[in-house]
Amino acid sequence: MRPSAVRLLNILVPVKRAVDFAVKIRVNPEQTGIDLNVKHSMNPFDEIAVEEAVRLRERLKDAVKSIKVVTIGPPKAVETLRTALAMGADSAIHVEIPEGAPSPEPLAVAKTLREVVARQKEGVDLVIMGKQAIDDDAGQTGQMLAGLMDWAQATFASKVDVDASAKVANVTREIDGGLEQLRCQLPVVITTDLRLNEPRYASLPNIMKAKKKPVEKFTSTDLGVDLAPRLQTLKITEPPKRIGGGKVANVDELLAKLKEAGITSKRA
Amino acid sequence: MLRAANVLARSAARSYATATATAASPHALVFLEHCKGNLDSSSLSALTAASQLGGRVSGLVVGTPEDLPAVLEQAKKVTGLDTVLHSASPQYCTPLPETVTPLFVKLLSTQSPFTHVVSAHSSSAKSILPRVAAKLDIPAVSDITSVQHDSSSNSTTFTRPIYAGNAISTVRASDSIPIKFFTVRSTAFSVAALGDGEAKTESVDPVHVSNPSTEHVSTSLTKSDRPDLGVASRVVSGGRALKNAETFKATLFPLADALGAAVGASRAAVDAGYADNSLQVGQTGKVVAPELYMAIGISGAIQHLAGMKDSKLIVAINKDPDAPIFQVADVGLVADLFEAVPEMVEKLK
Repeated sequence: MRPSAVRLLNILVPVKRAVDFAVKIRVNPEQTGIDLNVKHSMNPFDEIAVEEAVRLRERLKDAVKSIKVVTIGPPKAVETLRTALAMGADSAIHVEIPEGAPSPEPLAVAKTLREVVARQKEGVDLVIMGKQAIDDDAGQTGQMLAGLMDWAQATFASKVDVDASAKVANVTREIDGGLEQLRCQLPVVITTDLRLNEPRYASLPNIMKAKKKPVEKFTSTDLGVDLAPRLQTLKITEPPKRIGGGKVANVDELLAKLKEAGITSKRA
Repeated sequence: MLRAANVLARSAARSYATATATAASPHALVFLEHCKGNLDSSSLSALTAASQLGGRVSGLVVGTPEDLPAVLEQAKKVTGLDTVLHSASPQYCTPLPETVTPLFVKLLSTQSPFTHVVSAHSSSAKSILPRVAAKLDIPAVSDITSVQHDSSSNSTTFTRPIYAGNAISTVRASDSIPIKFFTVRSTAFSVAALGDGEAKTESVDPVHVSNPSTEHVSTSLTKSDRPDLGVASRVVSGGRALKNAETFKATLFPLADALGAAVGASRAAVDAGYADNSLQVGQTGKVVAPELYMAIGISGAIQHLAGMKDSKLIVAINKDPDAPIFQVADVGLVADLFEAVPEMVEKLK
C-alpha cells in the first residue's frame, strides 16, 4: 500500500421517515396528534443530503471511503434506509424505536447520533443532514449534534465543496437576504437547503442491490440514550380555517376591493 | 381575546409569585441581532415575545468594537429592555455559532440569572441557539407563535406551527427544564418600539476562540431598494406562470413599486431561476404576514401557503379557476396575469 497523507472520508447521513410532503394532514379528534395512516417517505431535505453524499463520492472518487445512512424510527423506517441505500449509500444503521412511541426530540436525536458516531471505528468526517424535518419543523438537530461534538457546523447549505486533502469544507449557506460562504475544518455537520441539489430517482437495479446492503440494528438501550420527550405536548389542533372571499370579475373590481381595505397606490 | 387571556393569566401568576415569594420571576435573555448599526426588527419582535413572559428582559448584543457602540445606543432605548449586555470582539464581526456559543455558555452556566433564552427565528439565530442549548443539555422550542409563563409552576407554554403550518402544537417546558430556549416567529409578535427606554448597559468579556473550526469567508446580500420581504406591509409574489426571469421583473416590479411592496416568489419561480432564493415565501423560505399579499401566477401549494396564509388580505390572480390559492384568497381574479397586472399598474398610477 502506498503511503498517503490523504485521509479517506467517512460520511454519515441521518435520515428521517416523515409524512409525505404532498399529503394534506388531518389532526385526530382527540387532539393528540395527526392521522399517521398516510403515505410516508424520506424527509425531502434528507433526500438532498443523501444525494449530496453520493455526489461527493462521484466528485472526489476514492477519497470518499464510506457513506452510511442512519435513522431513528419505528420498524417501518427501514424502508427509508433502503431508499437511501438505493440512491447510493453503502450501509445503514437503524436505531429502532417501538411502533407508536413518541417521536424523539431533536436533542435526543442528536445524542443518539453522537453515540452512533462514537461507534464508527474509522470515525466520521462529515455528517450531512436535512436542515429541518417537514413534520416537526424544528430545524435543530444538526446544530445540536455539532454542539455536542464540538464540531464545525454549516447550516442551510446550498453548495458544498470538500477538499479532502486539506480536510476543509467550503460551504455556501442561504441566509436571510442572500448568501454566505464559510470555510469549515473537518469534521463538520452540514445541513442541507433545498437548493443544494436535485435528488436522483433510484433505478430498479439499484433498488434490488440495496436489498443486499447491510443494515445494522440498535436500540436506544444499546446506545445508552434516553429518547423520552422532555417537552410536554399538551395538544395538537387545527389552525384557524381561512375561507376565500370569492372572486371578482375584472381588474376594476379587484382595485375597488383593495381600496375598500384601505390599500391604494404607494404606502399610505 | 387570546392575548387578553394571556395577560390575565400572567398577572394572576405574578401576583401569586409575589404572594408566596418562593417562585422565581422570569428573566429572559434576548439575542439582539443587528446589521449596519440597526437592530433587526425580527429581534425586536422576539423581545416583545420575551416581555410576555412577565418578568425582566435583558438583551445581548455582540459585534466588533467598531460597530457595537452605535447599536448599543439604539438598544438602550428599546422599550421593555432593562439591561443590555454587550460583548465586543473582532471575532463577533459575523457571529458564527462556533465563536458565539462559548459566550452564551459562559453567561448561562452556574448561577445564571436567566430563565429563558430568546431569539428571532432568523437564519443566524436559529443556527446558534440550538447549539448553545445542546451544550447545556436543554431542549429548544422553535418558531413559536405564542408564549405564556406560569411563575408558580415555573413552566412556560408555547404554541408553534408544525407540518408546514397545517397543525398547531401546544407544548409546555416544565420546571425540569432550567432554562427555556425558544425562537420566535416574528410575524406573530409586534416589533418592540425604539422609544425612550433607558436600559442599563453591562459589558461582558468576550470568550476568545482560538483557531475556530469555521471561518467566515464572504457574504453577498441581494441588493434591493424595495422593502425587506420579512417585514414589508405589502408583498407582491410571483410563481411559475411568470415564465422567465425577464418577465418576472418586467411584470411584477412595476406593480410592487406602485404599491410600495416587497417582491416575493414561490418555490417554483425560485427553482426555475426567475427570482433569487432569498425571495422565496413558504415552509422552506420566509414566512410573511403582511397587510396585503398578492399571489400572482401561484397555484397555492401547501408549502407556499405555509409562508403566507396569516396575511391580512390575500389577493390572487391566476388563470386557472381551480387553483387552490383561490380557496384562501380574499379577493380572487381569474385572468391572464400578463394582461391583468399591467392594467392594475396603469390604474394604480
